[in-house]
Amino acid sequence: MGALRLIEEDGPGPAMRRRLAGFAHTLRGAGFALGHREVADAARLLATPLAERPERLRAALRALFCSRQNDLARFSELFDAFWLGRGAKRAAKITSQGLANRSPRKFEAGPGAGDASAAALSETTNAPAPEGASADGKGRKGGASGHEALSAKDIRKLVNDAERAEAQALAERLARAMRARLTRRERARTRGRRIDLRSTIRHSISHGGEPLELKFRQRKPKPLRLVVLLDASGSMESYTAFFTRFLHGVAISFRESEAFLFHTRLAHVSSAMRERDPQRALDRLHLMAQGIGGGTKIGECLTSFNRFHARRVIHSRTCVMILSDGFDTGAPEILEGAMRGLRRRCKRIVWLNPLLGTESYEPSARGMSVALPFVDLFAPAHNVASLGALEPYLARL
Amino acid sequence: MTLPREAIAAKLAEAGYVADRDLATALWMMDHLKRPLLLEGEAGVGKTEVAKALARVHGCELIRMQCYEGLDAQSALYEWNYQRQLLSIKAHEASGAKADEIEAKIFSESYLLERPLLAAIRREVSPVLLIDEVDRADEEFEAFLLELLSDFQVSIPEFGVIRAKSIPRVVLTSNGTRELSDALRRRCLYHHIDFPDVDREAAILRMHQPDLDANLAHQVARMVGLLRKEDLRKVPGVAESLDWAATLAGLGVEDMRQEPEVVHDTLTAILKTHEDRVRVTREVAERLLGKVA
Repeated sequence: MGALRLIEEDGPGPAMRRRLAGFAHTLRGAGFALGHREVADAARLLATPLAERPERLRAALRALFCSRQNDLARFSELFDAFWLGRGAKRAAKITSQGLANRSPRKFEAGPGAGDASAAALSETTNAPAPEGASADGKGRKGGASGHEALSAKDIRKLVNDAERAEAQALAERLARAMRARLTRRERARTRGRRIDLRSTIRHSISHGGEPLELKFRQRKPKPLRLVVLLDASGSMESYTAFFTRFLHGVAISFRESEAFLFHTRLAHVSSAMRERDPQRALDRLHLMAQGIGGGTKIGECLTSFNRFHARRVIHSRTCVMILSDGFDTGAPEILEGAMRGLRRRCKRIVWLNPLLGTESYEPSARGMSVALPFVDLFAPAHNVASLGALEPYLARL
Repeated sequence: MTLPREAIAAKLAEAGYVADRDLATALWMMDHLKRPLLLEGEAGVGKTEVAKALARVHGCELIRMQCYEGLDAQSALYEWNYQRQLLSIKAHEASGAKADEIEAKIFSESYLLERPLLAAIRREVSPVLLIDEVDRADEEFEAFLLELLSDFQVSIPEFGVIRAKSIPRVVLTSNGTRELSDALRRRCLYHHIDFPDVDREAAILRMHQPDLDANLAHQVARMVGLLRKEDLRKVPGVAESLDWAATLAGLGVEDMRQEPEVVHDTLTAILKTHEDRVRVTREVAERLLGKVA
């Protein structure tokens, strides 16, 4: 690397350019978003004193090519592997995280026993019953039209792969449609609180400078932010694939959204969920969730959410959505403390429990009964329709 | 014009900022590639300070724009001076001027109020433009900013296009409360600032308070480092440790371990919520002090 000569006027030689292009290719494969301008700038850097020492070049290219904290460590390993031939095997693994490689274990929705029932929202506290809670996925409910039968069916009861895939795709489309409808509602406002002097004056010229027509401005409401915490424990297995697709739809379409996955520990999966291709997103999610053992520690996971993430992801118009069956293997006191902490921080807590769709279900699981007093909306989520029924509620937040 | 990397680090130190090598590299590249720098990191790690120090290094003006929810292009770029416009319209009306003459007059430069972004591109000498907490502004503003940062020109419908006289050095900071767009991230160089390690923090303390005892500076740095690992609601930043060091020095403390009472009583300087204050009890403070060698 040391012997870099200026062969062309302001750039490295052709061999060096090719290597740089190769490196850019490797990075793109690993999920880095590089444009032509970045690579062109990197070529300029190769002609500067920074290129004389690998560690300087690493620091320089890192500042140029990385755009978020997660990239930093991955970049250094890829750089070392490519330019210095160090730890090539490990780097290969890192690269493959961005690619759609087959994952060893899949979130698969298996058939199971269970009763489907009407999607009726049961509210625990101050939230009034949403109009249109009958949401059966017909007509105006854009995303779910023509799938009434399927959208009312309990996910666990879907036996064949085709049906399951369709329900998952429906969940994703529902999430996208929700976003579109929620924003349309916000745009409908016209009259404002503040007078817009700029356009008032502009319009006054035609009246000879007399500001006859007053123009108003309205501050745009803060977009609703959804923070979704998905329970990925064994007991939720038959629903996980379905919810993950829903989560993916939410992450893609709501720009203001954050996704977390938990079992025994909490994983922040927003970046994986923003992957456009659902299969790739699932694969990445999978790699991130690995090493999570058996059991569910909802309380501890929520505690670490409160401690490490809440400050950043929760703002005044945030709805925290927990997707879990409430089977907690940790101590109930921990869960209670965590729920209390969460309550203090955010405006709305929605708990979606797939078991609530079962007629005989009572929220008597220890975890569930401890958490309930802090929850604004306790609703079923065993089929597509029940997810759709949430929309009117979210629209009022 | 561009300074070598080592010179930048040294000059930053002169300007009162203790930078690590990666940051110095990034700052050098900013000048070389004419790209903005995006700084991320926890609140209180000194992101804003970087821009201030950079302005001192280059001996140029610092133009700061604080982003907030609802910030729009008008309050960031330019505004017409409405009061003057209204008065002018009235005055001209009395003299019987035509409507289009009035219009040409009131939309001229003397009625234009420049806001930070316009100010930054109209300076003769390139200033440092600090766009603080860009994550607080909304998506539309981000898109607008992106356009400005790539063309460095502004078009004002009533007036015409204003091109940059000099390209400002742009520093953006983000606390990560909202995910920034990939386009903006790609446009910028990226540097993540962590809380300084003990030695660097002690160096920072000594730089701001030259008469601070070296031993005490180290103890404060260590103690704050330990406190940051505790489960606190608001993690103390560098500004807090500066305050605390000043407080302790002012009270004549030379060795923190000798005066646990004073240490506990002055924790107010770094613990800013009641919850945290209750959590760090006398016992906890003493336990942490025990680890401060």
